[in-house]
Amino acid sequence: MAQTRKSLLVDPLVDNNPITLQVLGICSALAVTSSLKVAFVMALAVTFVTAFSSFFISILRNQIPNSIRIIVQMVIIASLVILVDQVLKAYAFEISKTLSVFVGLIITNCIVMGRAEAFAMKNPPVASFIDGIGNGLGYGLILMLVGFVRELFGSGSLFGITILETVNNGGWYVPNGMLLLPPSAFFLIGLIIWAFRTWKPAQVEEREYKIQTVEAH
Amino acid sequence: MSEQELNPQEAKGPLGRFLAASPDGTVKTIVIAAVLCLFCSMVVALAAVNLRPVQEANKLRDKQVNILQVAGLYEPGIDVNEAFQAFEPRVVDLATGKFTDAFDAATFDDRAAASDPELSIALDADPAGIGRQGKYATVYLLKDDAGNLDKVILPIYGYGLWSTLYGFIALEENGNDIFGLQFYEHAETPGLGAEVDNPRWKALWNGKQLRDESGELKITVAKGTGDPRFHVDALAGATLTSRGVDNLVRFWMGETGFAPFLENLKAGEL
Repeated sequence: MAQTRKSLLVDPLVDNNPITLQVLGICSALAVTSSLKVAFVMALAVTFVTAFSSFFISILRNQIPNSIRIIVQMVIIASLVILVDQVLKAYAFEISKTLSVFVGLIITNCIVMGRAEAFAMKNPPVASFIDGIGNGLGYGLILMLVGFVRELFGSGSLFGITILETVNNGGWYVPNGMLLLPPSAFFLIGLIIWAFRTWKPAQVEEREYKIQTVEAH
Repeated sequence: MSEQELNPQEAKGPLGRFLAASPDGTVKTIVIAAVLCLFCSMVVALAAVNLRPVQEANKLRDKQVNILQVAGLYEPGIDVNEAFQAFEPRVVDLATGKFTDAFDAATFDDRAAASDPELSIALDADPAGIGRQGKYATVYLLKDDAGNLDKVILPIYGYGLWSTLYGFIALEENGNDIFGLQFYEHAETPGLGAEVDNPRWKALWNGKQLRDESGELKITVAKGTGDPRFHVDALAGATLTSRGVDNLVRFWMGETGFAPFLENLKAGEL
């Protein structure tokens, strides 16, 4: 693989985005994007975990027994996630209250595991680290896009600062409650994938089947 | 892959030989797994133990901030610990409505007690949806400068739509007029049920009364209009959360809740 460090960092943003192209990590993208602040902290946490888990796994890659490699990866990832969770509880208590269980669920975020298995097991530590950062940022980019729309139209604010005065607070804007519920993130991510693939048609997957034309007998 | 391929002459000492060995051997697999687990558990344990004091302090501070808020004493930037000194925590025996000194009020854990079979009772009639109710509860007394009782803050909790809501209700010294209500922990739907945190809605509670002249519990959360002395308008789009709040407030203010204590408070027999 002749990838430069820059391409390792930049490719996952659009060209090889973990959410829109690899379609990984959707679950947490639904759950934590109803406000930008939470989405931002989640993106940071995932970036940190992906980068460092890739780094450590890459250091150990020649020593990891093949038969238990998934378990070894999980142990490293889980330890890092618990570390992040504990630090958030200690130094960002308010945010950790809102993120609640979702920090713990970074363990099951397929992006982390996916990068460990697909990249870090075969590449040197520094490249793996950069690849982890890039994928974390790609995940974060989508999270912020979705969070922007959901918070602005769902609560009338951005990062908790009121932009559209809502009716509940005596303003004019009737917030769209659906945007605060998880399914709306599905629609938004779908629209983003559509936009990306229209912009870069190379991302459109080839059909796995061909529609058969039945010949007349 | 066999061991001959791995240049044994480069390996030095037992560690070098171990590292150079094929990672797929049984012994190496077990050793790697054990060492990794030991190392990771040590890192995690160290973090958990070292950060615990900060986390506990955060939780305590969060609770204190909420008590200050419900009593109308909180302003951003104040020294929470110092402001909290204005409160006197006391443990109340719910059945008799009297203070008890059997526990240290500063450290008594209401929530742990509510699941301790020794310190709690299983509820048959359970409108608040809490299963077990603690026999004791920590209340916070706020006194004015002259030492007279100004407000009393009572802990309340109950089930909403998705989650148990934990909060406080602040009553005036007569034990009947509501000063404020606030939840500090819940997981209701953002934008709908979570509007229990909306300052405009919380402000509706100020000045309401629990009971009418005959002593009947009249406070209610419901849609539409009612007697303005006892009626709090329900949250738009959150029928079940509103019903949960209605149930839990009426439960905790009722006979199985703080009613005996409030009777004593009114009669001045504390």
